[in-house]
Amino acid sequence: MRGVRTRLPAMLLVGLVLAAVIVLVAVAGPILWQARADALTGDIRQGPSGAHWLGTDALGRDVFWRTVVATRSTIEMAVAATAIAAALGTFLGAMIVSAGPAVRTLGDRVIDLLLSFPPIIIALTFTAILSPGRASVVGAIGLAFCPQFARLTNRLALSVQERDYVTVARLLGVGRFRVVTRHVVPNIAPPLLVLTSVGFATSVVTVSGLSFLGLSVQPPSYDWGSLLASGLRNLYDNPGEAFGPAAAILVTGLAAGLVGDGLVRHMDPRGTSRPHRAVRRSADPPTAGDASRAGGAAPVASVRDLSIRRPDGRELVHGISLTVDAGEIVGIVGESGSGKSLTALALARLLPRELEWSAAHLNVNGVDLADPAKAPPARLATELGIVFQDPSSSFNPALRIGTQLTEVLRVHAKMSRRQAHALAVSRLAETRVSSPELRMRQYPHELSGGMRQRAMIAAAMLPEPKLIIADEPTTALDVTVQADVLRLLKQINTTHGTAILLISHDIGVVSSLCDRICVMYAGRVVEELSVEDLRRRDVRHPYTRALLAASPDTASERDGARLVPLPGRAPAAEDQGPGCSFAPRCPLAVPVCTEIVPPLVAEPSGNAVACHVETAAAEVRS
Amino acid sequence: MATTAAGAPAVRRGLARRVAGSPWAGYLARRLGGVVAVLAFLIVVTFMIVRWVPGDPARQIVGLTAGEEQVRQVRERLGLTEPLWRQFGTYLRGLAHGDLGTSFTTGQPVSSMLSQRLPLTVELAMSALVIVLVVAIPLGTAVGVAQQRGRARVATSSFGVGASVIGAMPEYIAGTVLVYVFALTLRWLPVQGGSGPTAMILPALSIAIAPAAVLTRLVRNETAAVLSQDYITMAMSKRLSNTRLLLRHVVPNVVTSTLTLGGLILVALLGGTVVAENVFNMPGAGAEIVHAIVRRDYPEVQGIILVLGLVAVLINLIVDVTLGLLDPRVLTGARS
Repeated sequence: MRGVRTRLPAMLLVGLVLAAVIVLVAVAGPILWQARADALTGDIRQGPSGAHWLGTDALGRDVFWRTVVATRSTIEMAVAATAIAAALGTFLGAMIVSAGPAVRTLGDRVIDLLLSFPPIIIALTFTAILSPGRASVVGAIGLAFCPQFARLTNRLALSVQERDYVTVARLLGVGRFRVVTRHVVPNIAPPLLVLTSVGFATSVVTVSGLSFLGLSVQPPSYDWGSLLASGLRNLYDNPGEAFGPAAAILVTGLAAGLVGDGLVRHMDPRGTSRPHRAVRRSADPPTAGDASRAGGAAPVASVRDLSIRRPDGRELVHGISLTVDAGEIVGIVGESGSGKSLTALALARLLPRELEWSAAHLNVNGVDLADPAKAPPARLATELGIVFQDPSSSFNPALRIGTQLTEVLRVHAKMSRRQAHALAVSRLAETRVSSPELRMRQYPHELSGGMRQRAMIAAAMLPEPKLIIADEPTTALDVTVQADVLRLLKQINTTHGTAILLISHDIGVVSSLCDRICVMYAGRVVEELSVEDLRRRDVRHPYTRALLAASPDTASERDGARLVPLPGRAPAAEDQGPGCSFAPRCPLAVPVCTEIVPPLVAEPSGNAVACHVETAAAEVRS
Repeated sequence: MATTAAGAPAVRRGLARRVAGSPWAGYLARRLGGVVAVLAFLIVVTFMIVRWVPGDPARQIVGLTAGEEQVRQVRERLGLTEPLWRQFGTYLRGLAHGDLGTSFTTGQPVSSMLSQRLPLTVELAMSALVIVLVVAIPLGTAVGVAQQRGRARVATSSFGVGASVIGAMPEYIAGTVLVYVFALTLRWLPVQGGSGPTAMILPALSIAIAPAAVLTRLVRNETAAVLSQDYITMAMSKRLSNTRLLLRHVVPNVVTSTLTLGGLILVALLGGTVVAENVFNMPGAGAEIVHAIVRRDYPEVQGIILVLGLVAVLINLIVDVTLGLLDPRVLTGARS
């Protein structure tokens, strides 16, 4: 099963201790204190006092000791009812699963049907049949809760049955019953245990409830429910008479609930983690250089010294700089975990809240994003379009495509419904979405994956942004659709002059579409080069070379279709050494590589590379 | 689940065609089929209540001291002397005419007893339902958002514990506490009986408190889940105001996922009325069923269970239709 932690959660511990105390009181109560509980005194309906902690009832009996003694009766009934529900429910559920398909369907339906009625009404029905009394209430509650156990067993067993070891046991000729008892039951026991403790809490409440209604124990016997009923009648004279049994029922329910919740946490460590608090540092004020640059041929987007940190302080992106000029298509390529998507999200100001970031300069189309107060939402929404990776999860499932497409226009461009609709339809047509009018009325799940991604591109295009950030726009798509979507992006770039920042792990995709490419590795830009140089394989950094050699699109031409996989894997943020992060995988590494991070050095061609060996070689050449 | 006519891609005109081509046709047909099955089940079970009584139900009714003649008369009145299938036929014919038999204790027709008592029960359940929804959806969303944004940490982390404790409080304890605080100590509201909206407040609250806590916690969890979805990142890229982001993109999804899981909580409110009517001495169907069970008034028990079951079926149907309206994916079974 899942990783079980050795330390018990505090919740479970408290619950278990409480439960132990309750069981102890249930066992010892009637033996030790029966006489005190039944002693009649002349002090009738007295409030709480030193002699009677919770006062006395209508016959002058001590409420506290009656509550204590009643523990056994209630706990016995609840245990019996839970046992019936668990045993019968689990058995039925398992039998339904192991039966043939017809019985299974019928059984599922019957369980669904029983679950759609309130348990107390089922319990009342059985009580009516069996006639009121202690035993019949136990049976009735057991039967009322058994569908829940049957349903859980059924679901769990089905999921277990599809696993390999059960199939293997079947193939080995193990009998049906034996498969259930030996292979299925042990694997579904923990969730059932949780349900049992929750079911016990509900049983205590329901047992007491039916008794409260006068359908269970009959005088002179008593339990918490009947004590509470009598307490309600004397509520004005002695509130303590109701308080005792009410508190007992609540504490018992709480103990069982704590055990149940504690078991859940104990078995599933993920349940306890909470997102870290977001800490955001404001960036340095822009320098004079940035301001002067913004005046002339301003880039559509520029970022300088962008660092992104996890809440624990580990840096994921180490001070990278990047510019995208008007009408340019820039690609960021790298393995997963290289920080390329984080960079894009930071540029769009959409980083998850728990990540902390800082930048000397972050500017999209003249909007200063380093200071959120200064970034007007309308300009951000209309001047920056984003194409997300997975079109199947990025559209809101509850809203029509049309609503989602026109939202930015309606909210930020203040367009009328009709205008926005017409524009959206024409954009859908432009992105080659078939029957655009129909798509506008449809919900995301009614579109195919490729269609959704085209609709997403149309959505990004709608407010005529200066820049589109496309984060792995083709990764979630079929190969046949991928080329189509890339062509579409290229077409948008040429016809509208929209700059595109394309994030991809696929160097083939990037080289087919982009003008300029940034290669990222472990949170740093290691090489920046023009697409011509990339296509000519005139690359400097050993990592870029390795990427080319490992990609089928780019390797086949010269290496005779021999793909060279890159050995090792990119380092995680926590095991990065002091030097170049690629050094451990680098065939050219020299001692200095593991000691000093190589700076990104610009070459006369406009390209740049961050590699000690390459920079030294270039110096020798010049 | 396959659907009948969901995949008609062509644009169609005309109401009749649209209805036939609408995914609603298949969805409603399946749901109504389910309702019919549940009704049949209810009718059979209520019919069998008397027949399943261990021993001789007539003897149980009249008691051990009564004479054989009296037992025979009661057996006849219960219609137990005929063969089972003929008894069932009589039962069905009666149901078709709205005849649910006659009460043993009052001699009144069960149907007229129900028409007097059921409105109160339904009103009580509806009041409780309104309280639950009005509390759970806004509060749960607010806590979920606050938690996800790391705000008010103490409040959000103690919320879970508070909700578990309140959620475990049964109606009869909640009712007792409410009576003590608001009726006996503060004297703001009537203790028991009375009429008008003030008499409804405490009973409805006593039913609603625990389910409201449970549902609030569910809404909080669903809100947190929705907020971490990709489509919320996409919506955030539209730089909408917080209100618009919440109302337009978060709440509809929270409501659908909450209803899917929380429909049973709403049905359970109906069970709560049985208890609350007894705590507050209200003359509803829930109070009567307890008396009927104690007095072994089988025709009344039959009638009340049948009608309460019917209401439960209706609530389920309403939840299903609401889900279909809010999330079209459930119509075609695209959402599991």
